[in-house]
Amino acid sequence: MTAWSDTRARGRRLTRRWSKRWREAPGGVRILGALAFYLFLAIVIPSAPVARIMAPQSGWANVLSEEIGIYVLMAIGLNVVVGQAGMLDLGYVAFFAVGGYSMALLATRHHFGFWLILPLGIAIAALAGLALGAPTLRLRGDYLAIVTLGFGLIISQAAINFHFTGGAQGVSAIPHPPSIGHISWLTYGVINFKPYWYLVLAGIFLAVWVVRRLESSRVGRAWTAIREDEDAAELMGVPTYKFRLWAFAIGAAVGGAGGVLFAAQANHIDPTIFSYNVSILVLAAVVLGGSGNLAGVILGGFMVAWLPERFRGFDKYRVLVFGVALVVTMIFRPEGLLPSRRRRAELEDTDLAGGGLGEALLPAELEALDMEPES
Amino acid sequence: MTAAPGTSTMDSAVLASGLLVLDAVTIRFGGVIAISELDLRVQEGQIFGLIGPNGAGKTSCFNVITGVYRPTSGQVGFAGQAIVGLKPHSITQRGLARTFQNIRLFPEMSALENVMVGADAQHRTGIPGAILGFPRHRREQREGEALARELLEFVGVTRVNDEAARNLPYGSQRRLEIARALATQPKLLLLDEPAAGMNPAEKNDLARLIGDIRTRGVTVLLIEHDMGLVMAICDRIAVLDFGRKIAEGLPAEVRRSQEVIEAYLGRADADGQDDS
Repeated sequence: MTAWSDTRARGRRLTRRWSKRWREAPGGVRILGALAFYLFLAIVIPSAPVARIMAPQSGWANVLSEEIGIYVLMAIGLNVVVGQAGMLDLGYVAFFAVGGYSMALLATRHHFGFWLILPLGIAIAALAGLALGAPTLRLRGDYLAIVTLGFGLIISQAAINFHFTGGAQGVSAIPHPPSIGHISWLTYGVINFKPYWYLVLAGIFLAVWVVRRLESSRVGRAWTAIREDEDAAELMGVPTYKFRLWAFAIGAAVGGAGGVLFAAQANHIDPTIFSYNVSILVLAAVVLGGSGNLAGVILGGFMVAWLPERFRGFDKYRVLVFGVALVVTMIFRPEGLLPSRRRRAELEDTDLAGGGLGEALLPAELEALDMEPES
Repeated sequence: MTAAPGTSTMDSAVLASGLLVLDAVTIRFGGVIAISELDLRVQEGQIFGLIGPNGAGKTSCFNVITGVYRPTSGQVGFAGQAIVGLKPHSITQRGLARTFQNIRLFPEMSALENVMVGADAQHRTGIPGAILGFPRHRREQREGEALARELLEFVGVTRVNDEAARNLPYGSQRRLEIARALATQPKLLLLDEPAAGMNPAEKNDLARLIGDIRTRGVTVLLIEHDMGLVMAICDRIAVLDFGRKIAEGLPAEVRRSQEVIEAYLGRADADGQDDS
């Protein structure tokens, strides 16, 4: 027990020392380091030996680029909203759908190229975030959750009923991104999925960079302040509404990027893909991994996408096994697999206050209810 | 609401009559009148005391000044502008900062970060600037941190810059709140019972700190129950009782007012030693 906690403490010290060294390294070193890490992940992760361990029953590269990569990306986006700004968004799939349909419709109907649609789709999703957020972000907590829940439920119904989205049949024959310089390992087709993984991984790296820059700035401080005490933040000069709206729009933009990247490799999309489950799974990824901590939510996104694939051997019980795995994880690590220091303390705080209050007030409250009739 | 939204018209002579001007401010919550026809003028450079028994409407008064409540009728002017209807953050950015009766720091942020949030009130960096590291972003980040360190030193919270605010001792948390408010670079600082829960030595330090704040060029409006502290440091005092102003004047005048003694000091007989 002590040996284990010793190891953990040593591990934490080591992480802290290296993350400090990383932060203080000159810009060039950090760019080279990030590039090396990217190449490592791009080459090693989809390789055959890793595939045999990770996904013996399915196409690993395909799972990586179409499921795991997309969920990781969306977990990073939703974490801005939930983990950093502290708003519960239960309809995140909406922005994934906006991105997906942007890719599908602009490519098949208007013959735009992938590299043009990518920024366009991100911008459209961000605008959708602003449009949805502007009226709803005046609400807080439960009310905001219910409004976003409604929007997440509506979106797939809307996609079925609208004519221009192709109705229930969806959109087929979505073109793949153009191959880069006619190099075989950068040709986007239906046989080799590794090029998509390179692309999605690059998207993840970019999103991580953006989010980290924001975290350490005035914007990130404002988000944390809003999460911890919104009224105090407003009174200390933080335009809370504006920053909540920004968080919502940035989360939406990342979700939209996920949608574009997904549709570009899926060839076909229809409303069933954008079901309500996606919102819940991405939220589960954020909470499971460690809300507020970037490394945590990346791990969370990986888990919720990978576990169902890994459990394919359980056949029809695989979703059940997946559910049990989620429940067990939350029992043993309620603050997430890799919690942020800050978030862990906030959770402990709530537990303490809730428990103490319940014990202290319950008998008195019951007494009051018995003794005093409604006046 | 008798005052229609957007009617921030205030007579310019009234506006110019003080740094902070409350003109016939009334706040009603349903049938309860929290503040009734309150007139108040705080002049630049003053330390102004606002006293009164519990429930007299002092904190409601702070809330209407900082934009948390909108007055049912009446006007509030600050630095020559009518501020009723402005959002609290916008009022803070104009130079009006406050602390809270029950401490409301950002508990899991470090002491330094808490103060930097205050400093950000005067910063303009947006999302693109923060992502791409524009020069203004880097300058603001540097200046904000320098100001925060200086202010922590100034209020006497030292060597705990990286400690989470919730882990600081109570007295330091009160001081940290003052540092955070000062970081917004206010013209007027509202302190809501800053001495609550402090021992005599800490109260002395606080009195000195409030004097130093005035020396920095910040006007102070103070709610406080500790009569010794109020009488010692305030230039002028107003007394509220049941939402009405029952007296205003120099400390010595207020102390002699019969109405005040009945409403407030009379009840404080039990701990009369405070009144030294």
